[in-house]
Amino acid sequence: MTLPTADSAAAPRVRALRLAVPPVSALLRPRLIAVSAGLAVAVFLVFCWGVSIGDYPVSLLGVVKALVDKGDPGTLLVVRDLRLPRAVVGLLVGIAFGISGALFQTMTRNPLASPDMIGLTEGAGTAVVAGIVWGWDSHVSAQTLGLLGALGTALIVYLLSWKRGSTGYRIILIGIGVSWICSSATDYLVANGSRFQASESIGWLVGNLNGRTWDQARPLALALLVLLPVSLLLGRQLRTLQLGDDVAAGLGTRVQTVRLAVLVTGVGLIAFGTAAAGPIAFVALAAPQTAQRLAGTAWPPTLASGLTGALMVLVGDLVAREVIPGTELPVGIVTGVIGAPVLLWLLTRANRAGSGG
Amino acid sequence: MPTPPAATERTQRTERTERTESPAHPELTVRSLHLAYDDRQIVSDLDLAVPPGQVTAIVGANACGKSTLLRALARLLTPRRGTVELDGRVLQSIPTRELAQRLGMLPQGPVTPEGMTVLDLVNRGRSPHQTWWRQWSRADELAVHAALAATGMTELADRPVDELSGGQRQRAWIAMAVAQGTPVLLLDEPTTYLDLAHQIDVLDLVTDLNRNEHRTVVMVLHDLNQACRYADHIIAMKSGRIVAQGEPAEVITAETVEEVFGLRCQVAQDPVSGTPMVIPMGRHHTPAPAPAPATATG
Repeated sequence: MTLPTADSAAAPRVRALRLAVPPVSALLRPRLIAVSAGLAVAVFLVFCWGVSIGDYPVSLLGVVKALVDKGDPGTLLVVRDLRLPRAVVGLLVGIAFGISGALFQTMTRNPLASPDMIGLTEGAGTAVVAGIVWGWDSHVSAQTLGLLGALGTALIVYLLSWKRGSTGYRIILIGIGVSWICSSATDYLVANGSRFQASESIGWLVGNLNGRTWDQARPLALALLVLLPVSLLLGRQLRTLQLGDDVAAGLGTRVQTVRLAVLVTGVGLIAFGTAAAGPIAFVALAAPQTAQRLAGTAWPPTLASGLTGALMVLVGDLVAREVIPGTELPVGIVTGVIGAPVLLWLLTRANRAGSGG
Repeated sequence: MPTPPAATERTQRTERTERTESPAHPELTVRSLHLAYDDRQIVSDLDLAVPPGQVTAIVGANACGKSTLLRALARLLTPRRGTVELDGRVLQSIPTRELAQRLGMLPQGPVTPEGMTVLDLVNRGRSPHQTWWRQWSRADELAVHAALAATGMTELADRPVDELSGGQRQRAWIAMAVAQGTPVLLLDEPTTYLDLAHQIDVLDLVTDLNRNEHRTVVMVLHDLNQACRYADHIIAMKSGRIVAQGEPAEVITAETVEEVFGLRCQVAQDPVSGTPMVIPMGRHHTPAPAPAPATATG
C-alpha cells in the first residue's frame, strides 16, 4: 500500500518519504507521526489513570473495560456516570485549546497570538462573572454566558481590526487592548460582588474541571465533531498563509476567506472549550509551541497541538487532584505551573526543525 | 524620449525572440490601467504588453509605481480602472487556483518562518497543484527536485532557511517560485539586501530560468546596469507612467536616465556584455574635459 520512496536517483540529499495510494498522496514526516502517536498513547494512559483514581479505586484495566461496557454495575456507574464526564471534558477542552492556539499562531505568524492573549477567554470571563454578580445565572448557565462572551469579544476584535482586510498584526494589538478592557471589567465586577460571588467567580476564572457532567461534555463534543475536521482541512491553506499574505495569494490561497474561516474555527473551539471548563491558563499558548518543537516542524502541527493540549489538561487535572490530599485545586492553576517549565526547556534546547533527532 | 508603448515594442520583439517563441507563451497585457491606494493615485492610464518568453525589467525612481504595477500584474492589487489580462482574460475573472498555476509572484524581502527547511519552503510552491488528499504526488516530488536542482539548492534542502546566507535564502525563495511551475514569473527586487556577488548569482539564475525553462520573467530592479545586462526589454517608469520601453540599448540613454531619475549621466558600453552602462555624474564629479569618452552621448 504505502510506497516510501527514498529518492535516490533524482536527488540523493533530499530525504522525503512519500505516501502514494493514487489518487491519495502525502509527504510523510516520520518524526511528526511518531510524536503524534506517542502523544495519543500518553493521552489515553493519563485519561484512564485520571478516571481510575478517587474514593472508590478502580484499576486501570477496570477503567479500560468499563469504557467498552464491561465490568460490574458498581464500577460502570462510578466510571461512566461520575468520573468519565470530567475526564472527557478535560480531554476535549485540551484538544480544543491546543488546536485553537495552533490555528491562531500559524495564521498570525506569531506565537503570542493565542486566543487567551487576544481577549477571547477574558471576554468569556467577563460575561460569566457578570452573570454571577448580577444574578443572571438563574436564567442562563455559565456555559452559555461563556460561549456568548467569547464569541462577542471575537466579533468586536475582528470588526475593530478590519481595515481593507484584516491582518494578523492588527488582530493581535487590538486583541490585547480588548483583553485588558475585559479583564478590568471582570476585576471591577469581582470587587463589587459579595464574598460568595467573588469566590464563585474566581473558581470559574482559573479554569476548573471539578463537578463537570455530561451537560458540559455534550455541547463541546458536538462542536469538536464539526470544528476538528475543519481545522485539519484548513491546515494546508494555513501553511501558505504562514509565508505572508502576498506569497499566500500568489500560491492560490484566498487569503481573506481562509483567514475568516480560521478565525471562526479557532474562536468556536476556544468559545466552546472555555464555556465547558473556564479559561484554563497557558494551554492554547504553550501546547502548539510544545508540539511544534517535539515534532521538529516549522509550524504548530494541528493534530499534535490538540493532543499536547489534552495531555497538558489531563496531567494538570491529575496533579491538581493528587498533589494536596483532600483538596481539589482548579486545573488552571496547575497547567500554568507545569506547562511553563516544559515550554521553557524546549525553547532553551533550541532544537530546530530539520536538524534531525 | 517618450515612446508610444506597445506599437514600437511589438516590432522589436519579433526580431529578438526567435530562440524562445512558442505558442505556449503567455500574453500578459495591461489596458488603460489606473492604480491607487485610497486617494493616492499611483499609476495612471498605463498600457503595456509584456513580451512573452523574455525577461522584462521595470526600472524607475523610488515611488514611481513600479512595484505597484507588479502587484497589479500579480492580482495583489485591484485596478481602479482598466484591466490586466492574461491570455485575453481579465485577471479578476480567473479562478485563484488557476491563476496560481500560471502566474507566480515573489514579493520583496519575504520572511521565512523560523526553522522552516528549504524543502518545506519549496514544497509550498506546489500548493496550487495540491489538494487536501493529494499533497505530495510524484509530479510534486519531481517539480520540487527540479526546482532545487535548477537553483543549486539540492545540497541544502534539509537546512533551515533562516540559517542560510542572504543569497542562499533568496535562492530558496526563487526555488519555491520555480516549483510553482508557472509560465510567468514576477519578481519584486529579487536582489535587495544581497551583496554584489549574490546579486549577480540571482540574476544569472533568472537568465537560466528564462533560457532553459522558457519562463516569461517580469522583475523590478533598482540597478540600471544590471537591468541592461539581464533584461531583454526594459520599461522605464516615472510618476506612474511609462516613459520609455524597449531594448536596453534604446531605452537607457543619458536623456532617458535624466528624465526618469533626474540624474545627469553618461552612458558607456559595458565592456563585458556590450549592453549600456550608466555612469552617473554627481555635483562633484563631471567628466574630465579631454579626452572625451568615445561613447559619450550628445
